[in-house]
Amino acid sequence: MSGRPGPTPEGREAVVVGAGPAGLACALELRRLGVADVLVLEREEQAGGIPRHCAHQGFGARDLRRALPGPRYAGHYARAALDAGATIERETMVTGWSAEGELQLTGPGGRRSVAAAAVVLATGCRERPRSARLVAGSRPRGVMNTGTLQQLVHLHGRRLRGRALIVGAEHVSFSALLTLRRAGAEVVAIVTELPRQQSLPLAGLAARARFGVPVWTGTAVRAIEGRDTVEGVRLERLDTHATRTLECELVVFSAGWIPDHELAVLGGLELDPATRGPRVDPALRSTRAGVFAAGNLVQGAEPADVAALGGRHVARTVARWLSGPREWPAPGPPIVTRPPLGWISPNGLGSGRDAPLRGRLQLRSESFLRRPLVEVRQGRRLLWRGHVAHLQPGRSRRLDARWLAAADPGGEEIEVSIAGS
Amino acid sequence: MSGSPPDHDVAIVGAGVVGSAIARELSRFRLRLVLVEAGNDVGAATSKANTALLHTGFDAKPGTLEASLVRRGHELLSDYAPRAGIPLERVGALLVAWSEQEHARFPAIVERARANGYHAIAEIPAPELYRRVPALGPGALAALEVPDEGIVCTFTTPLAFATEAVLGGCELRRGCRVEGVRRLTPGGGFELDTTSGPLRARFLVNAAGLFSDELDRMLGHDTFTVTPRRGELVVFDKLAGGLLEHILLAVPSETTKGVLLAPTVYGNLLLGPTAEDVGDKRDTATTPAGLAHLMSEGRRLMPALEHHEVTALYAGLRAATEHSDYQLAIDADEGYARVGGIRSTGLSASMAIAEHVREQLGGAGLPLDPVADPPEVRMPNIGERFPRPYEQPQVIAGDADFGRVVCFCERVTRGELRRALSAPVPPLDLEGLRRRTRAGMGRCQGFYCAAALEALLEAGPAR
Repeated sequence: MSGRPGPTPEGREAVVVGAGPAGLACALELRRLGVADVLVLEREEQAGGIPRHCAHQGFGARDLRRALPGPRYAGHYARAALDAGATIERETMVTGWSAEGELQLTGPGGRRSVAAAAVVLATGCRERPRSARLVAGSRPRGVMNTGTLQQLVHLHGRRLRGRALIVGAEHVSFSALLTLRRAGAEVVAIVTELPRQQSLPLAGLAARARFGVPVWTGTAVRAIEGRDTVEGVRLERLDTHATRTLECELVVFSAGWIPDHELAVLGGLELDPATRGPRVDPALRSTRAGVFAAGNLVQGAEPADVAALGGRHVARTVARWLSGPREWPAPGPPIVTRPPLGWISPNGLGSGRDAPLRGRLQLRSESFLRRPLVEVRQGRRLLWRGHVAHLQPGRSRRLDARWLAAADPGGEEIEVSIAGS
Repeated sequence: MSGSPPDHDVAIVGAGVVGSAIARELSRFRLRLVLVEAGNDVGAATSKANTALLHTGFDAKPGTLEASLVRRGHELLSDYAPRAGIPLERVGALLVAWSEQEHARFPAIVERARANGYHAIAEIPAPELYRRVPALGPGALAALEVPDEGIVCTFTTPLAFATEAVLGGCELRRGCRVEGVRRLTPGGGFELDTTSGPLRARFLVNAAGLFSDELDRMLGHDTFTVTPRRGELVVFDKLAGGLLEHILLAVPSETTKGVLLAPTVYGNLLLGPTAEDVGDKRDTATTPAGLAHLMSEGRRLMPALEHHEVTALYAGLRAATEHSDYQLAIDADEGYARVGGIRSTGLSASMAIAEHVREQLGGAGLPLDPVADPPEVRMPNIGERFPRPYEQPQVIAGDADFGRVVCFCERVTRGELRRALSAPVPPLDLEGLRRRTRAGMGRCQGFYCAAALEALLEAGPAR
């Protein structure tokens, strides 16, 4: 990277990168815990993160014990962090991370570098675009992710015309349905390769009954057709391999989350190959001393309130680090999953003495499993065995965390699997 | 209508990299020029969707026009690019042999390179190859190094040419399709029927790429037929960029040049192309089979790619003909220059083709009176390895908008977007804005910035 910023970096106590729910909740909690100097860096024009453009209700149940629409929830956290004395710098992007640990910043005020005793990454996650899903075909206008759709409609007041297909059937996919209808588009169907939709049972019923939108399961998107604008989508039934073209003018690729991990990679943090987020211990320490991670950067994606609770959780670790002896525990052995399990979070044992957020690990599966029997092993040692709630792709389930204390921090990899698989 | 003198000295049909290079070349003389383009931007068809390599011509068929023009074009573009702000990097190519049969072809390849006047080609053994490309998949036997092969920005190159031509007085008509051509009285030039009205010119240059055979036939010729050859390509995330610093070429077989893996000037890795003849000159769709083939080739060439995300997929059409060489000819009596059959080497050869066509036109009676002070353009840099506004304190100090990053993945600032919107050849759509700034071409493909970019585009240059 060229263009060296000023010679002396600005010294800071705690820098939080990202002013979404996790970053703002972390900043707020750091101030409450008495950390004097808390700087939050946000690359967008406004703080608040993804909820800024999620118009639907239901934010804040777990952290605020309230149900707010997304923009009000985002506003609540931005105000609370400011009121608590944190500094939020908007339109400021971290573009680099020197070997000496200085963050390189670009903003309208110029280019500068900041060195902090603690850096919390809370850069969130995004939906994989059509290209990353290797969906073939032409490249007409009218193909987007839910994130773009929400911004177009809720931030820029766009109207959308025509028939729309939604790819994916998670919570966010049904949010896309509401946004499309509000913008004036007609939603033709929701498609998923999986055998069932993955939102609340009611969501699928409501889509059909209230809006007349069918959910086509076991169906893959093979190609997009159309020259300037979308004309149709080629679909394939996975059981019969029958293909057909559905006529539509809009395609929304929803969910398919991936953490926004560029900065984590630039900072040399170890990534977990399953979550694609940085490897973290239960206290949300990364593998690099003084660097922490929280929210949906760690795993894509949990609801905003869970991300905010993660921000609060990491703040306690950060405050301890800032006030105590600056000793960084060894990362300990990784915690990995075996198929059909998808990932686990946190995914490092650390010292084995820290409790994870809400006393649990979050477990994901690649397929639908009814009350599976899960085993946790370290080498030959069985650390835990028990049933967990129904697993399904796209939603996390609680895995008991009491075995963490029994694991050997100096030992080998810890493996989480379905018994007998 | 008839009888009035042509309002242009030269009409150039097709604003791809070749047509734009010709317009630029001719704009350095006192001529009334018009460059017409059916699409809605310069370089937005075949020119944008190729492998973005600057060829030396080491593997061209010796003695062909293509061989000599690629060699000359490499020289001219290497000299022009740094002056015009076109990202170009001489990264070198490694032509890798994966079998004894492929290795056995090395002497013939070296011999051909020498016949083409290229002598820097040399064999390197496997240990040295793996030292240079540690991430290379297992099983390579040896490689031929071609140190002067390079990578270049396919977007900036035709835009620089067209911008220079426009600043030099060339009229640029985009969204202007030629629907018919008539010869005026013998030696009196041509009248073109276009979707934006009739147009008269003394000389006509056919640089219509995929449609050059159709324009040729409108004039009663039957010299070649374009059969579009589709090449699908996969762009990997910039986080994979560190895996490879050189171009990895395959040993060509009788039928294909094979799949290559190369860095891009934007910091990504590019994998492709496939090669498939298609009937439709607009069919730039990727296919499930093509992508599956490329992904499997990618895993073989570089297993670590498996752990990286794909940023973009695209397909381009090469204007292949039944002839193995370029179709460059001039009918001096009529004043018609045919510039057809320019295949994937067109980007490398563009400036040499322009020089060649200018000489032909001069020989056919086009008066070439140099302008005293031709404009020099300096395009905004969009290459990863050259300074960009977000990292330049003095640029941001001059205008705070150069510190406002709008496209996070590619670090494109509001200042750059504003500047592109008010450029001499401004974008007419989001794709055009993307080609000029990189905005929206990163890993999120617009998840964060597409809505903001649309708003900026609609607000126009006033913002």
